[in-house]
Amino acid sequence: MKVHVDMNLCQSHGECVIAAPDVFELGDDDVLVWKEDVPEERRAAVEEAANVCPMMAIRVED
Amino acid sequence: MRRIVVVGASLAGLRAAQAARAAGFDGEIVLVGDEHHRPYTRPPLSKELLAGQQTPEGCGFPCEDLDVAWRLGVPASALDRERRTVVLADGDEVPYDRAIVATGCRARPWPGEGGDLPGVFTLRGIDDAIALRAAFEARPKVAIVGAGFVGCEVAATARKHDLDVTVIDIAPQPMLPLGPELGARCADLHRAHGVDLRLGAGVAGLRGGERVEAIELADGTTVDADVVVVALGALPNTEWLASSGLELDPGVACDPTLTSTTDPDVLAAGDAASWPHPLAGGERVRVEHWTVAAEHGQLAGRNAVAPAAERVAHTTPPYFWSDQYDVKIQAVGFPTRADALEILESTPDGGRFVAAGGRDGRLVGVVAFNAAKRLAWYRRQLAAGAAFDDVRQAVAADEGALGAPVGAAR
Repeated sequence: MKVHVDMNLCQSHGECVIAAPDVFELGDDDVLVWKEDVPEERRAAVEEAANVCPMMAIRVED
Repeated sequence: MRRIVVVGASLAGLRAAQAARAAGFDGEIVLVGDEHHRPYTRPPLSKELLAGQQTPEGCGFPCEDLDVAWRLGVPASALDRERRTVVLADGDEVPYDRAIVATGCRARPWPGEGGDLPGVFTLRGIDDAIALRAAFEARPKVAIVGAGFVGCEVAATARKHDLDVTVIDIAPQPMLPLGPELGARCADLHRAHGVDLRLGAGVAGLRGGERVEAIELADGTTVDADVVVVALGALPNTEWLASSGLELDPGVACDPTLTSTTDPDVLAAGDAASWPHPLAGGERVRVEHWTVAAEHGQLAGRNAVAPAAERVAHTTPPYFWSDQYDVKIQAVGFPTRADALEILESTPDGGRFVAAGGRDGRLVGVVAFNAAKRLAWYRRQLAAGAAFDDVRQAVAADEGALGAPVGAAR
């Protein structure tokens, strides 16, 4: 599956980093970096990350 | 079980409905809301929406695909547990097998005279934000009573529009939950951006004729104002439950799984829920933050469709934030429960830092200014129940930390 983050919306809350630390990470400048291709078995964690994002910036595509 | 009634159609209620569906519940879900709007996100109301950078439609949560029966524009007026029915203000009755209370909070109104004068606003719902934004267009002199989260954010937004802004609070500092040292930094921040900040100042009354004209302070001075924003915090919407027999404190008293202490078929979520949190020493807390509403809703929805013995506790350290000018304030845990907040790391200019506090030897609260990446590390320590001394030592030894706080030996 593909993970998209709208960086116009992201405000570096870091909720996704807690939900799926293997997929999302904050850089030293507090800007989010993430893996775009994520194995299917991590779907639940990524969907959780999308769910808890206060900015609704994360989208998961099949 | 055939029907879940979720009372409250904001974030917590929406997430509860979504979670019940995600858990496989295929009965009926009724979502009751007192506003006419479908669920929307509130954080932009004091910031992007008020600033005109975000549209009201843009604040809506996506929920077109959610299989629920909407009952919007009508508040619930009673919960009849004997008949397992939610009574609505229009007289309709909605029977339930499980009820989830997610009725949130409302803005605390101005307690004295003058609160109903035109030009006096509170900010809680999207209609409030739209009205305040319209009022800002006339470039009014703005006075804000209350220097908490909403008051400070509205002040920052109003200053962004170069409006004349006075913020008044009886407390000696803004953002009281952050403690005196961080509160002083917030005060500096607002003053540096041109806010006339009156601290330790009581309000004698709101004055005006046709509309509000001034705020009279307790010392006899007046602050001229065309727009007054009353930002005195929020009150939980649980009065409608007074006749239900549920334990209220005034939130719905719950066990760790967000199940009412009185009735296993009633759960609560978000601002209206009061539940024992491990980081609060097991004391019941009520937390009015976005992420808690989201987590609660999700958990309550899942727990509502589970047998009582399989329900899961909410133990996540609460996370909240506030954006003021170019500063993102983020906090985790319960900073107000800490013995004191101590700055553990900081950039040399003090622009980015993390403060933390312990209680009974354990880390209980963390506040970061423009330090999101660092905060994630502290969140894991909080969730793990780390000792405060261990955290302090680990930060001092961590080359990835922002640096030694000014004046600290290293």
